[in-house]
Amino acid sequence: MSDTLTDVRQHRRAIAGIGESVARPDVPPKIDGSFEFSNDVSVPGMLFGATVRSPHPRARLIELDIASALTATGVVRVITLDDVPTTARTGHITADEPVFVDGEARYVGEPVAFVVARTQEQAWRAADLVRVAWEVLEPIVDPAAALAADAPFVHPAGNVIRELVLRRGEPDDDPNSTLEAEVVVEGVWETGRQDQAFLGPESALALPDVDGGVTLVLATQDLHTDQHQIAAVLGLEEQQVRLVMSGIGGAFGGREDITCQVHLALAALNTGRPVKTTYRRGESFLAHPKRHPARMRYRLGADRDGTFRFVEADLVLDGGPYASTSGPVLGSACYFAAGPYRIPTVRVRGRAARTNNPVSGAMRGFGAVQACFGVESTVDLLAAELGICPIELRRRNVIGPGDEFPTSGQRIGPSAPLLELIDRCAAIPMPDDPSAGDTEPLHPYLLPGGTGLTSDGTGVRRGVGFALGVKNHLYGEGVPEWSVATVTITPQGAMVRSAAAEVGQGIISTLAQIASATLGGMPVTVEPATTEAGYAGSSSASRQTWMSGAAVRQAAAEAGARLIGSVARSTGVSPDEVRLVPEGVEVAGEIKGLAELFRGLGDAITPTGELTATSEYRAPTTHRGDPTSGQGDVHVSWMFVAHRAVVDVDVDLGLCRVVQVATAQDVGRAINPREVHGQILGGITQGIGLALNEHLDSRAGRVVNNSFTDYLLPTAADVPRVDAVLVEVPDPDAPFGLKGAGEPSALSSTASIAAAVREATGRSVPRVPIRPDDLVG
Amino acid sequence: MTSPDDPDGAAASTSGTDPGDPFTSVSEIGLTLDGMPTMLHTTPGSSLLRALRDAGCTETTGACEQGECGSCSVEIDGRVECSCLVPALICSGSTVRTVRSLLRDDLATALAEHGAVQCGFCTPGIVVAAEAALGGEKPLDELTAREALAGNLCRCTGYQGIIDAIVSVDAQRRTATSDGAVR
Repeated sequence: MSDTLTDVRQHRRAIAGIGESVARPDVPPKIDGSFEFSNDVSVPGMLFGATVRSPHPRARLIELDIASALTATGVVRVITLDDVPTTARTGHITADEPVFVDGEARYVGEPVAFVVARTQEQAWRAADLVRVAWEVLEPIVDPAAALAADAPFVHPAGNVIRELVLRRGEPDDDPNSTLEAEVVVEGVWETGRQDQAFLGPESALALPDVDGGVTLVLATQDLHTDQHQIAAVLGLEEQQVRLVMSGIGGAFGGREDITCQVHLALAALNTGRPVKTTYRRGESFLAHPKRHPARMRYRLGADRDGTFRFVEADLVLDGGPYASTSGPVLGSACYFAAGPYRIPTVRVRGRAARTNNPVSGAMRGFGAVQACFGVESTVDLLAAELGICPIELRRRNVIGPGDEFPTSGQRIGPSAPLLELIDRCAAIPMPDDPSAGDTEPLHPYLLPGGTGLTSDGTGVRRGVGFALGVKNHLYGEGVPEWSVATVTITPQGAMVRSAAAEVGQGIISTLAQIASATLGGMPVTVEPATTEAGYAGSSSASRQTWMSGAAVRQAAAEAGARLIGSVARSTGVSPDEVRLVPEGVEVAGEIKGLAELFRGLGDAITPTGELTATSEYRAPTTHRGDPTSGQGDVHVSWMFVAHRAVVDVDVDLGLCRVVQVATAQDVGRAINPREVHGQILGGITQGIGLALNEHLDSRAGRVVNNSFTDYLLPTAADVPRVDAVLVEVPDPDAPFGLKGAGEPSALSSTASIAAAVREATGRSVPRVPIRPDDLVG
Repeated sequence: MTSPDDPDGAAASTSGTDPGDPFTSVSEIGLTLDGMPTMLHTTPGSSLLRALRDAGCTETTGACEQGECGSCSVEIDGRVECSCLVPALICSGSTVRTVRSLLRDDLATALAEHGAVQCGFCTPGIVVAAEAALGGEKPLDELTAREALAGNLCRCTGYQGIIDAIVSVDAQRRTATSDGAVR
């Protein structure tokens, strides 16, 4: 971590290609429909799989009868637990989930068997013929009840996936003393179970290989972590499990975990045939882990002038029955439970509980979204209590460069432009206000209820809300982190090889842009991502541009230096007289195209491997926090963001319409500003969804709205324009000074909308998504 | 990718049909697909979306198969429909257009320039809905473009780039038309 607090803005250099909104190579084929998504992949002779799933949230499996299914038309094989060659579990942090129900089903939708047939329809129909005798057990669905000392275990590992306590600045020796201040506010806040709802359902193809291994063509966020888990369960060497990245229909955290991969691999190995499956939407909703529902109890104390004195937070996350990423999600929730504020005394306790609800895991914002709603809502309570403008109260308390982070005590580097974010967000022009009489009345489509024409406008009140968000990028908490990339210079240009997963965010384009900028503008192509490339880690945690971007930059610089050295040697000039230019290479003032150069110099220029460089970039080291207080350098650095929402509420109907979201986001350095804006717009729209619509409703452990008819995603007619400002204060530890751009937009957009609804209605709005019932009656 | 032999002859289908299966009695229908006379194999319960995809026409995607997401939108005899909700059998003799024949260069350019594409799964359906909206009598503005696209879910972009692209193309085409250029 850098200790220098010099204004790094002074040292920013112009780098060709960096900061330009370059065109993405994947976009034209996506527009004309020729792009191949994972469910477009097919090979002759392939079979199709269908998953048999538990209908019960908690039940003991008494007997599995596959006889009828086996004799059904087209059925080739039914894969069950008996076909799994090891007792290994899946789970990319804690391996605790069986491939198929092993004794006890723990959530609705848990896989029981995998039917393989000649067509997809035959497989689906035969899956209905698998008979399972269950002893139905009482599900444990309330996380607080699951944490009670006498609660039955949801899972043999116990009901606490992780507990974390953060303590800092205790005023006396008694950690249980009641914290007091001149003004104290308290609140209890809840967030819903948001689904990533990526549009391309889970789909993959497995092909048996001659060495007894298997190749999977799939859409994932992390090829090597999938490979590791699949190999462990199949009892294969990792190199016998080959993964090829296919076209992905979105991810947002929902493709970090194993779903169909192992079932398909088993099916391919047991039939000797390629096997494909594509989930239907209803099972996609059940199959992948989603955003943790959270219940958060807060106390915030301050002086009368608004200076924060202490914060206490008790967070309970509903993890569902398997760990998935609950551990680090809980860490993220706790470490960001105090927001980006200077607070001398911090007490945070967080627990992730196992229940028989759907499995929770990673989704954009990763625990920090929930914590942001809790702390920002509590800060607004304090602002109201003190009679201070919520924006001004935040201005007085935000952290800045050189401060200590409130929950960890970690020193904050030079890139923490909170005041600039607040001021620039607040300065974005407000939308016209028809109630002020200065503009035309709103078109009926723009009233709450939208194109349903529900509201007549008479009960509409407008509110404005403001919120700040903070989260780390990269893994943190001592997790070793690195990325490997290879760059090869050929007569046609440079080729980049990386296992970084393109999830729609544009990492392929970004890696090409970084390589090209490093090689003087050389044309660059990026090879398809496979496990044959070095480990790149996941496309998650807003980390991939930083991590794989840095690896590509190093590899490109090395390959470029080798080319220059080789040209200099071959032509007898000094390396100083050789320069990479977009057209090729400039040698002693004369520009030569790469192809011409390679032709002219023949083998002299390319001894074996000469123009290939592989680099491993390692992230700055982080540490697990102190076991009792959680204190320490747990993160590499942070991303900050400000959101201001303007919301119209029909107070008679309890319906809301977001009129405008304004945002200023700390991006360090925007590599491709158009794509950074794209991340901002998409993340805010998901934040609107969590604020107003999106909750996968689990009643007694049974999901009741697992369809796009009943789980409401924001449409083009529901969302407003977003006005976004990029604030660029480079992070000195990052390549080019960049910061992650994927998650901040999702952090505080939800909280800002809830604040606006509170202002419009005077209601407490204790939970998101906000129901009409919370606003009327 | 290598594949083993196909001893039981199931290779023709990518997902749907099996001539030996009484549940799926296969019919052959003829229609005009993107300007080409085309025969599709289908079964009584199958949608046009499945018939298209089984025939290898994977330009048309599908995310929900219940008419909510719009990603499978195609034009059937001049009307935009969710192809997942239309039985393939009733499309016999119809004129079906997908993104393949509906996409025009100006829209493709505008979508790319406005950052309207991230994962791209919704994009073919967006193109179909957009081209239908662009043919309307009244100029498109932000509001009418949003209403026209309200049946197409996008989870990545937040819609703004899509809407900006469509509104800009609408303005360009109307200018070109009023200048006497051929539309």
